[in-house]
Amino acid sequence: MYLDLDQNKAYAYSAGQPLDPARRNVIFIHGAEHDHSVWNLQSRYCAYHGWNVLAVDLPAHGRSEGPPLDSVEAMAGWLIGFLNAAAISNVALVGHSMGSLIALEAAFQLGERVTQLALLGTAYPMLVSDQLLDAARDDEREARQMVNVWSHSPAMQIGGNPNPGMWMLGRNQRLMERMVPGLFFTDLMACNSYRGGERAAQAIVCPTLLLLGERDMMTSAKSGRALGQMIGGARTRVIGGCGHALMAEKPDEVLEALVEFLA
Amino acid sequence: MAGPKYLGFDTLSLHAGSQPDPTTGARATPIYHTTSFVFKSTDHAASLFNMERAGHVYSRISNPTNAVLEERVAALEGGVGAIATASGQAALHLAIVTLMGAGGHIVASRSLYGGSHNLLAYTLPRFGITTTFVDPRDVSAFRAATRPNTRLLFGETLGNPGLDVLNVPAVAEVAHGKNLPLLVDSTFTTPYLLRPFDLGADLVYHSATKFLGGHGVAIGGVLVDGGKFDWEASGKFPTLTAPYEGFHDMDFAEESDTAAFLLRARREGIRDFGACMSPMNAFQILQGIETLPLRMARHVDNTRKVVAFLAAHPLVDSVGYPELESHADYELAKQILPKGCGAVFSFNLKGDRAAGRRFIEELKLFSHLANVGDAKSLVIHPATTTHFRMDKPALRSAGIAEGTIRLSIGLEDPEDLIDDLRRALRALEKG
Repeated sequence: MYLDLDQNKAYAYSAGQPLDPARRNVIFIHGAEHDHSVWNLQSRYCAYHGWNVLAVDLPAHGRSEGPPLDSVEAMAGWLIGFLNAAAISNVALVGHSMGSLIALEAAFQLGERVTQLALLGTAYPMLVSDQLLDAARDDEREARQMVNVWSHSPAMQIGGNPNPGMWMLGRNQRLMERMVPGLFFTDLMACNSYRGGERAAQAIVCPTLLLLGERDMMTSAKSGRALGQMIGGARTRVIGGCGHALMAEKPDEVLEALVEFLA
Repeated sequence: MAGPKYLGFDTLSLHAGSQPDPTTGARATPIYHTTSFVFKSTDHAASLFNMERAGHVYSRISNPTNAVLEERVAALEGGVGAIATASGQAALHLAIVTLMGAGGHIVASRSLYGGSHNLLAYTLPRFGITTTFVDPRDVSAFRAATRPNTRLLFGETLGNPGLDVLNVPAVAEVAHGKNLPLLVDSTFTTPYLLRPFDLGADLVYHSATKFLGGHGVAIGGVLVDGGKFDWEASGKFPTLTAPYEGFHDMDFAEESDTAAFLLRARREGIRDFGACMSPMNAFQILQGIETLPLRMARHVDNTRKVVAFLAAHPLVDSVGYPELESHADYELAKQILPKGCGAVFSFNLKGDRAAGRRFIEELKLFSHLANVGDAKSLVIHPATTTHFRMDKPALRSAGIAEGTIRLSIGLEDPEDLIDDLRRALRALEKG
């Protein structure tokens, strides 16, 4: 579905289902240089199992227009604007990587409107190495290769995609290549410079789940656990053998953890 | 400090797509010779059918052994994914019917494998899909032949029978200028010699029967998507960008811009037309791909030696191999095929049909049959076999002389192959 937001077209995948006021709402938020399609399986399942699903494309990502936003706070503000425009009051937020920081910040700003918070492949602070930032600024091709390798467990760099016939690294690379030039650096800088995480984490009161990959080289499980300890009552679950691309590498494990948590 | 790199081609040839079997620890990819897969629950079943979960339902649509092959070829080509099909012809058909229906039009190279030409020239018109054939060396002809209803440009990386080298970057530019995709048959080159996606092609297919398998024991095809073409922006592909009543009104591009083509091809084309690959064949083709880099290097090395021998022989009128300066695509081949121009080529004997027949019959190592890309060397005389119905003028227009011989050079000792050819040529000399 599309909404007009700040004179720009804003898109969210809803699995072709109309929003039903009687249903609960769940918002999926993608990471850097990604779009809604990283949530294909999980979002579609939820949409056919009693939820209003909106898997957003952040501005300048996928099908959403608008200039790239250069901070997590700005992206959280955009997300809240989207929810308001869609007349959604209470919502569960599910974010991956950069999207997890946006979900965290939005949960802080939305307060009691957030029913549940799920943070996947997350860490705070989400520091990005100078090597990767330099590459993202100067050579996006190189930066994409670095991120693609670091985002997948050693096993998945060889293959065995649960999604039959798809080459996971190839698909992720093409997805990143479809984004506008400069977006990668902007996204990574937003992750690197976000400083509101501790304040936001300490203010979260809703049930919170952290889903982490045991072999995650982008946001290590150790860093994720540290964030979990800042959020009162948060549950942390580590998926064995999984890299940063949790939804693609272990789609069933992610789905089942989310379904149990959102139920 | 250098950043992390992707695994190399040789490593991917051996490993891509496969993991040791989680149940038994088997290192080789198991042959999942089963029609169907047990659901864990009714909800699991429903969610698999509705693309809410990844997994296998029925082997016509997907199979774990086939999935390894699909992933491996996609990795080697640098694509996003692939679909294994019953044959190369099935892969071509699947590509076309995924993109268009009746009223669609294709611009294709006229230098095509005979089976592909038959499909485009005679069979698809019965279903309302027409093709204009153009000289593959004339890039502007591709542009000139496009119409408002054109949906695809198509050619072979190395054309039949003269090994016309398709100028993939230039033809891709023409295609993209018209908001159309370029489909390439890369059977003769394999990703070892040429990766069409790197040069701008959008879709690639192989007759995996040939060099990918290499052993001549399994028929199969693989259709690969590069994932770059913007179907939505093109506006010409409602099969990918409009709700599909046949699958819960799914808009495949909305699901995933990078995977839209393969989603539709699997959820409609393979499901409904049913030209899937047997898991046994997928296993056999995987065995071949494990040694693809080694074999292709040897194929090319042997071919160069045989070409040099024939080009210098007094009974040979001409040799058509793009690494020879006499070939029309010599410069282009140097540019886009630096590792070699494959192992299939034709040469012309000085003589008539009888000379060609005699030559073939004198060969001992070369097998006389209608295939290419085997580990064993192969030969055929088009004027008495594949094109026997044609008279002299018709043969000439197809680029075939009465004395044309097509060779597929295998992996034998090159000296033995040359000795075999020398013996047969000597027999011709004696009359």
